[in-house]
Amino acid sequence: MGMTITEKILAAHAGKKKVAPGDLINAKVDLVLGNDITAPVAIKEFSKIGVNRVFDQEKIALVPDHFTPNKDIKSAEQVKILREFARRYGIANYFEVGEMGVEHCLLPEKGLVLPGDLVIGADSHTCTYGALGAFSTGVGSTDMAAGMAIGEAWFKVPESIKFNYYGKLPRWVGGKDLILFTIGKIGVDGALYQSMEFTGETIDNLSMEGRFTMANMAIEAGGKNGIFAVDAKTREYVASRAKRSYTVYASDPDAVYNKVYEWDVSKLEPQIAFPHLPENTKPLSECGNVSIDQSIIGSCTNGRIEDLREAAQVLKGHKVNSNVRLIVIPGTQDIWRQAMREGLFEIFLDAGAAVSTPTCGPCLGGHMGILAKGERAVATTNRNFVGRMGHPESEVYLAGPAVAAASAIAGKLAGPGEVGVK
Amino acid sequence: MSSNILQGKVWRFGNDVDTDLIIPARYLNTSEPKELAVHCMEDADPGFAGKVNLGDIIVAGKNFGCGSSREHAPISIKAAGVSCVIAASFARIFYRNSINIGLPILESAEASKAIAEGNQVEVDLSSGKIMDLTTGKSYQAAPFPPFMQELINAGGLIEYVKKRITN
Repeated sequence: MGMTITEKILAAHAGKKKVAPGDLINAKVDLVLGNDITAPVAIKEFSKIGVNRVFDQEKIALVPDHFTPNKDIKSAEQVKILREFARRYGIANYFEVGEMGVEHCLLPEKGLVLPGDLVIGADSHTCTYGALGAFSTGVGSTDMAAGMAIGEAWFKVPESIKFNYYGKLPRWVGGKDLILFTIGKIGVDGALYQSMEFTGETIDNLSMEGRFTMANMAIEAGGKNGIFAVDAKTREYVASRAKRSYTVYASDPDAVYNKVYEWDVSKLEPQIAFPHLPENTKPLSECGNVSIDQSIIGSCTNGRIEDLREAAQVLKGHKVNSNVRLIVIPGTQDIWRQAMREGLFEIFLDAGAAVSTPTCGPCLGGHMGILAKGERAVATTNRNFVGRMGHPESEVYLAGPAVAAASAIAGKLAGPGEVGVK
Repeated sequence: MSSNILQGKVWRFGNDVDTDLIIPARYLNTSEPKELAVHCMEDADPGFAGKVNLGDIIVAGKNFGCGSSREHAPISIKAAGVSCVIAASFARIFYRNSINIGLPILESAEASKAIAEGNQVEVDLSSGKIMDLTTGKSYQAAPFPPFMQELINAGGLIEYVKKRITN
């Protein structure tokens, strides 16, 4: 009986030849991640363990990105805890404002996660790195603390679900639509405790950006990780970034899956998740007349250069509706610079959008675009829970960059076609 | 670990209670348990922190604690005085975090369905038996795998790791 890519990575890091779903293992980790919300708790727990060094100064990443640039005094104090810990313990990968980015855009870009790695992060969207053929999963602060001390974490080997997509995606339909469609089909606990493996012709043709977007939202279906096979696109992405060797794992043809879904997505429409769960998805044509007050383009889900290009293609020559605030947040400094060089900011500014420095900011209702009572936002982010972007009586509609941009022009949920963009 | 027998009044919540409902991100500029406790469950039930009493029990539907990895969620529940959470199922990071920090959680679809708000419930953590004292009915929670029981017995992950390092 064969093994899945997830089982192979877990087995290799646990020093075993074989693992099976349900096995409890202790595995070595290649990277431990924390941010300005989760790391302060982890640092407090770390101090209780009683070790005077971290397991590896190169294998810890601290990224203050949620409330940075510091939105208030308390946030500043939280970030100070990270900064001082990084200095004291010689953490190589601490990213200050000016070089930081949204963590899940930043770490792959810096070559800190490579195919075959095992990564834990005290952030639920750590599952993003599955796009690189790595096993990565979100944990809490205490797991992060233990990981920093001993370089290991315990795991229950998950069962795997295979998602097989075929057909050529229509114009303006991408990774975000595929994953929203998937969550809509299986529900917010449809992959609870399980590994989501994304395969098929459509995936082969999907960009790395699209794959990051899909892996990012595996947690929104309850998944432990989302993962993709390594191909020429992955190798090209890591070629200029990797500073160490890496191992490529692939699922065996006779690997065992708990379930296999097969979808023809050649006629898939842009998908929108209505409040207040990511599973409440509808195709664009069924959305009706939903006016919006704000549009957010950015986040660890859709803050990459391809996302910004897509938004710019829609916005070019258009004006943002006078009832809408459009906020564009490039995921990292490098993405910011690239967007600037390509002239995308010119298009955003001409349209009447605000361009922000990288931050998670509004996605979790932190800062840089909070909603008032009764307001509605369309966002390329990953969660539309009650109060997620501000007031408990505000609403978030999740979509891809093309819909977020078109909606900003239309003043209501809309696709590029509805604002005259082909 | 304190007593293995818990008793308290039940507060009911629905399916898919996410971590933003448990502790909204607008309060995450602190990690002080006492400050987090004041806002526990605020966006699901704005008055919750003010009315919950020490030892009370949360009973919820499926996928409790879905969403963010914020350990502030189980920390706020524990610091608010809640003695344990019973749900039909738990989201995986919340499950992990609760075990790691020592917030007792029990999985029982039957108890989750049947126990009404306001009932007095007794839980025996060592056997997983849930007793609804108001109705006299009892339920059996799913047992923890031995490794997790070991973590719980050690007093959480930090104590477990300390032991491992010493050995």
